[in-house]
Formats: sequence, structure tokens, C-alpha cells
Amino acid sequence: MKLELRGITKRFGSLVANDHIDLVVEPGEIHALLGENGAGKSTLMNVLYGLYEPDDGEILLDDVPVRFAGPGEAMAAGIGMVHQHFMLIPVFTVAENVMLGHEETKAGPLGWLDRRAARRKVSEVSRRYGLAVPPDALVADLPVGVQQRAEIVKALTRDAKVLVLDEPTAVLTPREIDDLMAVMRRLRDAGTSIVFISHKLKEVKAVADKVTVIRRGKVVGQPSPSASEQELASLMVGRPVKLTVEKEPAKPADVVLDVEGLRVVDPTGVVQVDGVSFQVRAGEIYAIAGVQGNGQTEVTECLLGLETPTEGTIRVHGRNVSDASVHDRLRLGIGYVPEDRLHDGLVGSFSVAENLVLDMYDREPFAKGVAIDLRAVAANAAMRIDEFDVRTPDAEALASTLSGGNQQKVVLARELSRPLKLLVVAQPTRGLDVGSMEFVHRRIVSERDKGTAVVLVSTELDEVLGLADRIAVMYRGRIVGEVPAGTSADEIGLLMAGSTSQEAAVTGAAPHGASNE
Amino acid sequence: MSDAPVAEVAASEPKHTAPSRARRTALWLRSTHPVVVTVLAFVASIIVGGILIFITDTPTRKAAKYFFSSPGDTFSRGWHAVSQAYVALFEGSIFDPHTAFHGSFWHALSPLSETLLNATPLILAGLAVGLAFRAGLFNIGAQGQLIIGAVFAGYVGFAWHLPVVLHVIVALVAGIIGGALWAGIAGWLKARTGAHEVITTIMLNYVAVALLGYLLTENGFKRSGSNQAISRIVDGNARLPKLFPAPLRVHAGLIIALLAAAGVAWLLNRSRLGFQLRAVGANQFAARTAGMDVGRNYIVSLVLSGALAGLAGCSQILGTNSSITGDIDAGIGFTAITVALLGRAQPWPTVLAGLLFGAFQAGGVTMQSRTTTPIDLVNVLQSIIVLFIAAPALIRALFRLRGAADTSGQQLAKGWNG
Amino acid sequence: MSAVQAQESDLVESHEVVEVAASQRSRIVSGAVLVVVGLLCVFGFGLGSHAGYDATFHLSPPGASITVPALVAPARIVSIALGALVVAFGVWRIARGFSRRTMRWVVGVSIAAVVFSFLCWSLTGTKGTSLDLLGLLQQTIFLAVPLILGALAGVLCERSGVINVAIEGQMLGGAFAGALLGTIAHNAGVGIIAAMVAGGLIGVLLAVFAIKYVVNQVVLGVVINLLVLGLTGYVYDALMARDQNTYNTPPGLHAINIPGLADIPILGPLLFQQNAIVYAMYVLIIVIDVALFRSRWGLRTRAVGEHPKAADTVAINVRRTRFINVVVGGLVAGLGGASLTIGSALPFGKSMTNGKGFIALAAVIFGRWSPRGAVGAALLFGFADALQNVLSFIGTPVAIPSQFLSMLPYLATILAVAGLVGRVRAPAADGEPYVGR
Repeated sequence: MKLELRGITKRFGSLVANDHIDLVVEPGEIHALLGENGAGKSTLMNVLYGLYEPDDGEILLDDVPVRFAGPGEAMAAGIGMVHQHFMLIPVFTVAENVMLGHEETKAGPLGWLDRRAARRKVSEVSRRYGLAVPPDALVADLPVGVQQRAEIVKALTRDAKVLVLDEPTAVLTPREIDDLMAVMRRLRDAGTSIVFISHKLKEVKAVADKVTVIRRGKVVGQPSPSASEQELASLMVGRPVKLTVEKEPAKPADVVLDVEGLRVVDPTGVVQVDGVSFQVRAGEIYAIAGVQGNGQTEVTECLLGLETPTEGTIRVHGRNVSDASVHDRLRLGIGYVPEDRLHDGLVGSFSVAENLVLDMYDREPFAKGVAIDLRAVAANAAMRIDEFDVRTPDAEALASTLSGGNQQKVVLARELSRPLKLLVVAQPTRGLDVGSMEFVHRRIVSERDKGTAVVLVSTELDEVLGLADRIAVMYRGRIVGEVPAGTSADEIGLLMAGSTSQEAAVTGAAPHGASNE
Repeated sequence: MSDAPVAEVAASEPKHTAPSRARRTALWLRSTHPVVVTVLAFVASIIVGGILIFITDTPTRKAAKYFFSSPGDTFSRGWHAVSQAYVALFEGSIFDPHTAFHGSFWHALSPLSETLLNATPLILAGLAVGLAFRAGLFNIGAQGQLIIGAVFAGYVGFAWHLPVVLHVIVALVAGIIGGALWAGIAGWLKARTGAHEVITTIMLNYVAVALLGYLLTENGFKRSGSNQAISRIVDGNARLPKLFPAPLRVHAGLIIALLAAAGVAWLLNRSRLGFQLRAVGANQFAARTAGMDVGRNYIVSLVLSGALAGLAGCSQILGTNSSITGDIDAGIGFTAITVALLGRAQPWPTVLAGLLFGAFQAGGVTMQSRTTTPIDLVNVLQSIIVLFIAAPALIRALFRLRGAADTSGQQLAKGWNG
Repeated sequence: MSAVQAQESDLVESHEVVEVAASQRSRIVSGAVLVVVGLLCVFGFGLGSHAGYDATFHLSPPGASITVPALVAPARIVSIALGALVVAFGVWRIARGFSRRTMRWVVGVSIAAVVFSFLCWSLTGTKGTSLDLLGLLQQTIFLAVPLILGALAGVLCERSGVINVAIEGQMLGGAFAGALLGTIAHNAGVGIIAAMVAGGLIGVLLAVFAIKYVVNQVVLGVVINLLVLGLTGYVYDALMARDQNTYNTPPGLHAINIPGLADIPILGPLLFQQNAIVYAMYVLIIVIDVALFRSRWGLRTRAVGEHPKAADTVAINVRRTRFINVVVGGLVAGLGGASLTIGSALPFGKSMTNGKGFIALAAVIFGRWSPRGAVGAALLFGFADALQNVLSFIGTPVAIPSQFLSMLPYLATILAVAGLVGRVRAPAADGEPYVGR
């Protein structure tokens, strides 16, 4: 089925998210939609899927114009969507998730579910496309890669002829990414068209037949997939882009952070962190790499004190802080940039100025006895907004009105506006556009150069490789390898998938051979 | 189905370069500014109340039986009932031409004094509920906290004998402690066990009512020589002085209420504790990551809230009444919730809301005694006003106003999980 | 291909899972509580009761076709024994601890032991008093009916993601409409239907404001309760108080004995000699429990309550599903209200629900949002209510004022949501308005 989007325009107030976008996807083709965060890719797909109504333009299937009033009609027409954040219900089984919305029911008016028929359907699709999923497992118990497969099966059971994959690789290990690409090729060869939305250049180059680049809501080019990464990146961002972070070599000094034997068991008994030990020195960036869900989040929470480890000690400059409260640790000189800035980093209904002192309102110069010195708060806000180039109409604007990049700048500004011994940043550039990403990276490096110890937790391999002086890889709650900067991406990728250090070192040194068609 | 922001953008662009002042006023009146919404909600509730009176008034219903032969009768009787009720409401709360000229100058101010008298505990309890809201908690237990506060204050009032100024101060402190303690139970439970405060505070209401019932049968507490469930009489030294000569009943509790409003405003906007309370109320996760102790904040917020409700109890027992009966709460605990909502949980608007609903209460007494309309109408009016202001979109639809969706008045709903 | 067709069991997440021991401190605290409570039984109820008395518990109604002999227990010894059992639990808990599942049984058995020992003690107040245990259980069911119906209403709403604090108002409105229209029409059936309609209309109000106008759902529920309180109070004063005969003498319902089942010892008189509302309740319990987990409606409802965005992307109309559930919940709660007036042959009184709607809500939470759990919890709260009635009858060796007894259901509710529940997991999207399309 040929899919064409002609002149699609979508506005939100004064923001034009999609500006007369044209896109043609032939049957049996993998078409990549490349653009940085905020370019308008997801909006376009939501228009296609019937979740938004376009202000202008039309959608054509096999040259016939169609209008979708909702996802139901889009699905019926053969459009399947695998969202970036899975649309799976964690407490349901795979079969229940797949059948939701077009349930197999037994005969009769009451609508009793026919679970057996649903299971059969799942197995059949599974077999046909080589996507193994256990129909009766609870989604919450499945690893992320399998959950994604369940999402794909869900789309395929509805006879999707065009499959849209929205940033599918964000949560996968390199090996799982290779598996996904094999699946994509299999589907393409069977006649399904695939729209592959991504901002990751390597993956786009590895699998796409055609590439369309979107920037600020407009189509800016249709380069060949064999174009260089530099070329693609420049098209994406609109200016020449440095793909690496410039930094001096590290000058590590004394040990600032000493973590020993950290073990975290969650209330249901699952061991999230299993005996993690590491040290970080002043003036170095220690990165913890690994796919989401291998214990990194729990480690960072233990560092701040949000989570109490079952066993283990945490020392800062030799002082045992394992029992110290979050408040005391912040006072001690720990800075923390959480992975979910809106949920944990900012109070959306507070002003930018208030957010800039969220963890410092009770100390000089903002506290005046039991009261708050509002003038000091305002002065601080003016200074930080300027220093960090936060784009906001004024300091009293609510934090929720800022863009993702500016929100992250506020959090960073807050943490960096006091003297720090240790800075912990988790997923610092998630959802940010390239400009903000570069800014955040520069500030992290400059903080390191001031002598602060930095712990960086990131699932983005490129970010880890670009920033880190030393890299630890976590897998299933353990550090499976600690390697210096300059280690190959392949070796780290293998560690992320669970190989031991020796295997990875040997295999990683060999040339990477999986990107052939 | 797109939300039509594009249409809004086009419509709000003025066609002329500088709108005249009249046009600007007209535009403001047709917007969904909170004041406009409140006034329209008031109007809507009056209309609904009128309908209610119309359909339940006995003469009107009798006339309706022969509606088709003379419809005019039904409408005239109905109109009579409705207008009488609302006129009585006005006369009881603002100005009563029937009694104004029958005594001293002060008599003319009597309805206003009754309004202020009724408003005093409503302001205090409304501040209590509002403060809890700002801290992210639903304090539905103002009734129980008021009762326990009144019990403590009343006991000090009638069981102890202290010199003039000291006695009332000690009684006030006792009332504050009583209310704070009762709310603190719910706060502690929430902090330690996560028990949702809606349920615990409501249950504690019933426990407080039962406790009061028991105390009113106990010898140290109840009035001797009487079989009624009424407490001993509070000592003169412990009473809150009246602000004006007789027959005006408004007492110093009003001053306390206004001071409390100022105090709450300072607390929320300028103090460190208030910053914490608001942060925890707005986003407990970010607050925790910023080092704030969420559980402790819950306890402190409810304790402060209970203290204010306890003060409302003090107003009842040391000011308005001189002894405690089973009805010491007089519905204040629940009306306070509507006061806080109308005041959008901000201190000074809560004062205004308290005054408005105090006027309703005062007027309602007159309405009930002079007409056949039961005083419960007032509760209906209050609830409808609050329902309407909670949904500005509804007002907008009903009165065909313009304006972008107003989400500022709505707190992000918190489920049982948070 | 073969690499991908892995064993299904391999695919399930295999982080290491260990048995979680409760922390030392929580073991000591909970164990200490058990010990203290057990000692209270031993010394207070056991040794505090008069020696040599027997506690007699009747188990069948007079004139039953199959009689069950009464349960006779030497009061003092039983109280002491039960108390000792609880103390033993406490000591074990401190020393060795129980696994989480066992602990729940321990707590349940301890509560039953304490209650029974308390009853034995109360019966020694005056020599020769006996407790109609069957009667107590019958009272439990009677008092639990509105709670169960309210809890079912709560489950319907909350499972689809709407918090319903207005159960109290729906029940009050239902009781009122049932009484009013039942009296006017001289027909219990009309009254019951009117009650359900009233509950349903309040449900519509709740649904419109919560779903369409996105009002904070807890606040909305509280305000609706106040509105219903005001409306019913107003109309009561305007109409009923002036003329009870015309407006407020609702017809009652006869008990219907189900032939055969009604003669089973103990269970017969308990369950199968009830009125139509109770039988309707049995049907509702079964239907809701089965449908929620095995029907298409149930799957969609739960989907909408857990992850409305996911449901939206498979073309389920989230708002309509929630709307329907809330209104149907209102119908059920209205029926609960009918049980208070028509079902009990009582006239309407101002605010007669007296917190039952909130207790029903607590039952939903305590029952972890499952229909069976909610029904079980409602029965427990009904038992507390029945117990307090019975105790004011039989008296106790040490007179407990009736007002303290009347606190029992409310204290039990507080204990349930605070002490015994721990942290529970509501449907993930409960209370969050859906601001999608």
C-alpha cells in the first residue's frame, strides 16, 4: 500500500508543528524520518494515526484521499503504530494487550472473552514474522525488547500494511537493535512499508531505503542513506555540527565518592542492584552506561538518599553518608539532576525563580530567619537566567511553560549555582534539541574542569563515549565492566548486552559486521 | 476532533487598533476572569435556588393543580415565594427595614453584625481547609477539629478560673491545641502509613461527634441540674468581648480571624515553611528530590490546619455561644470546605468567601423564620456556587463567554496513590 | 529464524528475586502490638471476667426445621486461651518473623481471636446472658448491604479511573428518592427504581464534571455530597417534615425464603431469607466480579483505568467508557440507598447515611479495588457495626458508654486504611482526568 502525505500542516496556537510536509512511502520500503527532538516528527505521525486533525493537507492511501477521525479508522485502513512510550498495559498479559480494542469474544451477546482464540492469533502472527512473544506473560515482567515486540505483534494482528516505528531503539541494547533491524527487513521483504522515526544517524544509515529530514516542522531534504553522518547531522540541525564534545584530558585528583557493596532489593523482592562498588575522583567524569532498567536509576537514587540500600556504604570525601538525609547530602555539596526533570526536578506550577532555589531556600542568602528574602531570590533568578541563557518571558513565568531544553537548563543552573563536590546527572539530554544538548555537555565538562567529581548516567552510548573519562557498564544490577575513555563502542555495546569483560574486549576489537543489508 | 486553538487565535485579534475603554470593559466582562466567573456562578445558583423554591412551595403547588385554567396564579404565587425568600435572605444579612428603625442606631446594623458573626468561624475554618489544600491535602475533618477545639477551650473556660485577659488567652491556646491534635492524628497516619486523609479525617469527624455526645453526659462537663445535653457555662473572664454595643453580637473572634488570614498569607508567601508546604503540595516528588521531608510536611500542614479549625471552635464557644451543645459545629465544618473552594485556597479571597457565606447563613435564619423556605436552601446555594466555579468551562458554555481554557483553578487531581 | 524463536520462559525478566524479610524494626513493632493486645485479652477479658460463667452462642433461630446446638464455651478459659494465642503470635513475630502472606493470616486470626475473647468477656456481665450469634451474623449482613452496594459502585468507578467520593451522596439521594416516591406511589418497586435513578443522576453529575470539565475528583465528590445533603434536607423540611404520611412512609419489602436453600443450617437463615434488594445484591456481586475479568467490558474498563492513552490508541473511547461506568456505579449506589429506607422499612431522616458511603469507599481501598475484596471488607465493617449494636444490648461487665461503642465502625475503618493495609496500588490512572482527544 502506498502512503502519501501531501502538504500536511498542523498548528498549536502560534506554534507551527508541521509546515506543509510532503512524504511518500512506497510499499515494501523502509523510509526513515530523521529529525532532532522537537522537529515535529511525532506530531506528523499523530496526524497520520488520526490522533490529531491536520489544519491543512491530505493523506492518501494508494492515491485515494482518506480522513481519519481517530486511531480506529487509521488502524482499519491498515496503519499500525508502535509508539515511543509503549502503549501497553503493564498489568495485562501480552494476549490481553494485543486483543484490546478488537477482542475475540465467544458467541453470544455478553462479550465473554475468548482467550484461547486470542492466544492462537498471537502465536500465529509471532510465527509468521519471527517475533517471539509469550502470550500469557504479564507485560510488566517482560524485558523491554520483548515488550516492543509485543507492540509490533499488536499492530500486525490488525493487518497493518504501513508500520510506523517512533524512536524504537531508545530503550534497546545494541544486540536488540540488530534484532529489530532484522525484523524490519523481514517485514519489508514481505511487503509491509515501514516508517522509521529516529534522531539516531547510525541506525538510519544502517537500515533505511530512503531518508526524509525534517527540521522545525518543514521537510529540508531527502538525502541518500549513504550520505555521511556529518551531512545528515547538518541537514537535521541546519548548521555544521560537531559530532564530538571538545574537552581537555581529565586531571583526576583525590577520591571524592566511594561506593562499596551497594545492594538494593525492592519491596517485591527483586534485586535491583547487586553488589556495586566504584570510586570517582575529583575532576573526572565517571559514566555509568547501560540500557534502562539495569539498576542505574537505583544507584543514582542511593547516591542522593532517595533510596535506602539494603547493604553497602557510600562515602563522600571519606565521610559515611549512607544514613544522611537528602537534605544533608545536598548541603554537603552533592548536586543532582534527575532523569525526569518535570516529575522530580521542577515544580511545574512554581515560577522559574522559585525553582531556581528549590533546594536552597533554607540557606544563605535566600533565608532570612524563618522568612524568605524574595529580593535575593529575584536577583539570583536574573543572574542564572542570563548565565544559562534560559529562554523565558520573565523569571515569574511558570516552569511548566518552558520548553524541555530550557527546563533542563533551569535544573542545571540550580545545581551548578552552589559549590559542589559531586555532581550526579542522569539522562541529562533526554528529549533535548541539539543546541541544548551541546550546552548541557559543555557545562558538565566545565564543572569537571573546576574539580568537581561527576557521575553521569546515560543510556545514550554516543553521549557516554563523548563525555566520559571512565565508563562503567551496568547489566542486571552489577557493574560488568569498567573501561577507560576511548574504548570502542562495540565493546561497550557487548558489555551492555551482558557479555563478560573478557569476551567483550576480544570481540569488540574485531570489526563490526552486522550492518549489511 | 481538534481543540480549536486556531479559531481562538483568529477571534481574539482586535480589528481596531485601540479598543475604547467601554469595549475593553465589555471584553473583560465576557472573559473568564475569576471574579466574573464567581459573580455568574452566584447568579446561576440564585436561579437554581429559585426553581427549587418554586417547585416545593405549598401554595405554588396548590395553584399548579389548576395550572391550565389560570396559569397566572401559579406563577404569581411562585414568584411571591421566591422573592420573599430572597428578600428575607437580604434582610437577615445586610439591612432590614422592618427592624432598623425600631431602636438605637446600632439596631440598623444588626443584620450586618449577624453576617460578621456567622462569617467569623467560617473564615477560620475556611483558612484551615484552604491551607491544607495548598499543602496538597484534603482536610474534610474541620468539623471534628472544631468540636475538639471547642471542647478543650470550653473546658478551660468553665473549669478553670483565671484573671480576665489571661483566661481567654489560655482558653484560645487550649482550643488551638485541641484542633491541632485532632488533625495531627490524621496527619501522622498519612505520613506513617499513607492512609488517605479524606477517609481518616471524615471518620475522625464521627468519632469527635460521639466523643462530644459522651462528654455531654459526664458530670465534670455537663451542666448540673439539667437533663439536657448541654455543657457548663463558660466563665465570663474567658469570653471573647463583643466589638460593639448590644444588640450587636459580633465579637473579637472576627479580629482573630482577620489576623489569622494575614498570618496564613505571610506563611504561604513569605516564609520558609510555607515554601516547603507549597512545594510538597504541588509536586511531592520534586520536593523530596530537593531535600524536603514530605511526611513531616504533611503532619505540619494538618496540625496548622487543625489549629485554625480549633480557633473556629473557640469562636463558637468563647464568642458566639456560652456553652457547648451537640450542635456546636452548626455545619461550619462542611460549609468551610465550600468557603475554601470559593476562595480558591488563598487567604484573602477566603475571607471574602467567608463573608459571603456568612451572609447566607445569617440571612437564612431570617428566611426560615419569616417565610416557609427551610434554611437548607442556603446549603444548596453554596454547593451550586462552588460547583459552577469549579468548572469555569461550564459557566463559559452557559453564559457564552470567551477565554482560553482556565486550568489555573484546578489542582492536578491526586489519586489514592499519591 | 531459530535464534528468535527462543524458549518462552527465557523471555520473562529474570532479575534475581529474593524473599523479602520485613525489616527488623517493623517486626519488633508489629510483634509488640500483638503481644500487648494478646496480654489485654488474657488479663482484661480473661481474668477480668467472672469465673465459672459460660458464654453461650446461639446458632439457629427459634423454630427452624434443622436446629444447630448452641455453642457453649467456658468464657474465662476461652478468653485466656485466645489471648495467649495472640501473645504467642507476637513473640514468634519478634523472634522469627512471618512471611508476608502468613502475616496476613496471622493478623486475621488474631483479630478474630480478640473479638471472640471480647465477646466471651461481655457475656459474663450478667449471669445467664447468651449471645444470639446467628442474629449477630444476620445483623452483619443487614448492615453490610448498603456498604457492599456502595463498595461495588466504588469498584466500578475507580477501576475505570474515576475517584468516587460521592458514594455517600448517591446513597443519601437514593434513600431519599426511594422513600419519597415509594410513599407517593405506595409501591416499593417504584421506590427502588426511583432510588436507582437518583443515584444514577448524581452519577451523571459526577461524570460530567469529572470527565468533561476535568474538575478535581475528590473535591467534586465532597461538594456533590454537600449538595445532596442540602437538597434532601431542604425537601425534607419543605415536604416530609410537614406531612410524613403523604411523603415519608415508604413501603417495606417482604423477606423471600428460597425454598430448600433457606433450610440449610446457619447459612439458610443467614443468606436465603432475605428481601429482593439483597438477592439483587448477590446477583450484582457475581456479575460484576465475573464480568470485570472475563468480559470485553471488563477488559476495556480496566484498560481505561490503568493506561487510558493506550486504550485510546486502540480506538477505545476513554471518556465514554468512564462515563458509563460512573453512571452505572451511581445506579448501584442508589440501590444501596434504597436498602436504607425501603429495604429496612424506615422513613427517611436527614443525613441518615451517616458516613456509610465513606466506609464503602474505605472498603474499596481495603479490598484492593477487587470486587471480592471490597465485599469482604464491607462485611468486616458491617460486623463492626453489628457488634456495636449487640454490645449495647447485652451489656458488659465494665459498662462501656454507648457513645464509645458507636465509634466502633469508624475506628475500625481508620484501622483498616491505616494499619492493616500498608501501601496499596490503585488502578494506575485512578483520579487522573484524561485530557486526550
